[in-house]
Amino acid sequence: MQLLKPDPTFYASPKDAIEAPPETLAYVALLSATGNGVPDRLAVVEADPTSPRYARAIGGVALPKTGDELHHFGWNACSAALCPFAPHPHVERRYLIVPGLRSSRIHIIDTKPDPSQPRIVRVIEPEEVIGRTGYSRPHTVHCGPDAIYISALGNANGDGPGGIFMLDCDSFDIIGPWEKDRGSQYLAYDFWWHLNRDVMITSEWGTPKMIENGLNAELLLGGKYGHHLHFWNLKNRRLKQSVDLGAEQQMVLELRPSHDPNNEWGFAGVVVSLKDLSSSIWLWHRNNGAWTATKVIEIPAEPAAPDRLPDLLKGFGAVPPLLSDIDLSVDDRYLYASCWGTGEMRQYDVSDPFSPKLAGSVRIGGIANRTPHPANPAKPLAGGPQMVEVSRDGRRVYFTNSLYRAWDDQFYPDGVGNWMVKLDVDRDGRIAFDERFFVEFDPAYRVHQVRLQGGDASSDSYCFSV
Amino acid sequence: MSDRLVWLTLFLLGCYHGLNPGMGWLFAVGLGFQDRSAAAVLRAIVPLALGHILSVALIVLVAVYAAVQFPHRAVHFAAAAILIGFGIYRLVRARHIRWVGMRVGFWGLALWGFLMSSAHGAGLMLLPFVTAVPAGASHGMTMPMPGAQMAHHALLLGWLMVGVHTAGYVLTAAAIALIVYTKIGVRFLRTSWINLDLVWAAALILTGLIALVT
Repeated sequence: MQLLKPDPTFYASPKDAIEAPPETLAYVALLSATGNGVPDRLAVVEADPTSPRYARAIGGVALPKTGDELHHFGWNACSAALCPFAPHPHVERRYLIVPGLRSSRIHIIDTKPDPSQPRIVRVIEPEEVIGRTGYSRPHTVHCGPDAIYISALGNANGDGPGGIFMLDCDSFDIIGPWEKDRGSQYLAYDFWWHLNRDVMITSEWGTPKMIENGLNAELLLGGKYGHHLHFWNLKNRRLKQSVDLGAEQQMVLELRPSHDPNNEWGFAGVVVSLKDLSSSIWLWHRNNGAWTATKVIEIPAEPAAPDRLPDLLKGFGAVPPLLSDIDLSVDDRYLYASCWGTGEMRQYDVSDPFSPKLAGSVRIGGIANRTPHPANPAKPLAGGPQMVEVSRDGRRVYFTNSLYRAWDDQFYPDGVGNWMVKLDVDRDGRIAFDERFFVEFDPAYRVHQVRLQGGDASSDSYCFSV
Repeated sequence: MSDRLVWLTLFLLGCYHGLNPGMGWLFAVGLGFQDRSAAAVLRAIVPLALGHILSVALIVLVAVYAAVQFPHRAVHFAAAAILIGFGIYRLVRARHIRWVGMRVGFWGLALWGFLMSSAHGAGLMLLPFVTAVPAGASHGMTMPMPGAQMAHHALLLGWLMVGVHTAGYVLTAAAIALIVYTKIGVRFLRTSWINLDLVWAAALILTGLIALVT
């Protein structure tokens, strides 16, 4: 359905998007806690603080089959529709593209007419996804200027290479694999772009076989998980350059480019360093034309008594931060860093991206600490800050606590829990828990990515700077 | 329709094409912002106009040629049918251009302009006016022209039409691009960008219907 005016949630520039009205709903991926019997679910959480149902799951939709393992998801259309080289702003931001990371099944979920009661309108079965793309385990979804782009971790057999494939943004039919020349790229995970520069950036986790049965200590210590950033020509789909962060930098996950299309830099999170179990955040940028990456943040491991540690960590006597997600506010001012192991959400002032300053921190959960939420100070919490989403105006930060089922069970063997919380950010940028916002979902589920109604800090790309 | 009115309409249709952000001026503004230069905005208009010319000329020249080769009523009805058909297609199947790439050179931009104009059916709207002119022009002629001369005449007339139309396009697109770049910015687009494609599709159908009954 064509609109007569652009979708009101599209913004030409990040500056305009910051002035967007506050979201009133959050869409949250719930995955079956045990992986057997219960279908996953997309939940809708009330985010309007004036509502009597604030901070409660008010709706949602169960998936038709079991075993999907919901993870990340994204919108069919976003502000990139206002890009000058492919303008088509009279489409609706309406459908959520929701892949099952384990099943390779993709669900198209309609958030209208009632945004709190989404409906499944199409299911693309794994056979079709794999058959048409050669890829399996779909992960990140981004609405691009010409199609919906989805990254995938591996091939049909659970090996590499992982890569990217495209969905038609009108019909949701699968177009096919994206790459024309992948060079030496083999591992895949996240991707995003500098649209005005025709640059695609991809990161590396591991093949399905390397991750689906849990974190493999042998592979990890051997430096076999991903440690590269890849830079591609978005237009001709060829790999231009790979940057090796060093084999000791294991698992290069989330990519957060500057929202300002005039900039050519962004942040990449690395889960663990083999040297000292620290996590790090790297800034990619250009240096005399070539891409380079500089470590700008290092988060150290924290010593802990072995009896508080799971088997995997007992020998180390320390909790690694296990940086699992990062998110950059739309004004490019604050970078949020989820330390899933230590149970800390860090906020960095990245006004100067080359020298971030730790501006704030809250503690919740954690492998050793089990810090409670202020809403219920008597209850120790498992899991830690994980998928983090920042509102367009930068005033609210939502996060959930499950990483990935097989890995949750290794690091939080007594159960990872199922909570979602929110931070308020005041006018001076100071963060604090919203004590009214502590959502504990049905224990049949774990909680993964959050998407905010109308868009958020990791959903939209902009082609104008002002 | 009088000849003067036809020429004016061709010019105004050019202005209408120039007005549509999706037909070029927005790309020019984007390139201007990227290079931080108003000159870059104007520079971009040149290949965009070239692409537009090629797209429109293709349709116009074929139509003008057909108008002198075939019976007027037949050409007129065929044009009307094409208009209505394309208009309905645009209404039902609102597919936007699949293009990725902001870093384009002169020929890349010209190709973009050509594809964009063609996808919008820019030349089609001109059909009824184009087919009207040769018929009108021949009214004043007392002696029938030989075939070759007539074809030559039609070709010349076709290019003149394309030129007048493109003048409208260029003037409008350049003026808007400059004003947006230097003064008002693109912020207004998100609330003010009326779906001209939808209006366009409706207009195509309407024009076709009018041509059918006149």
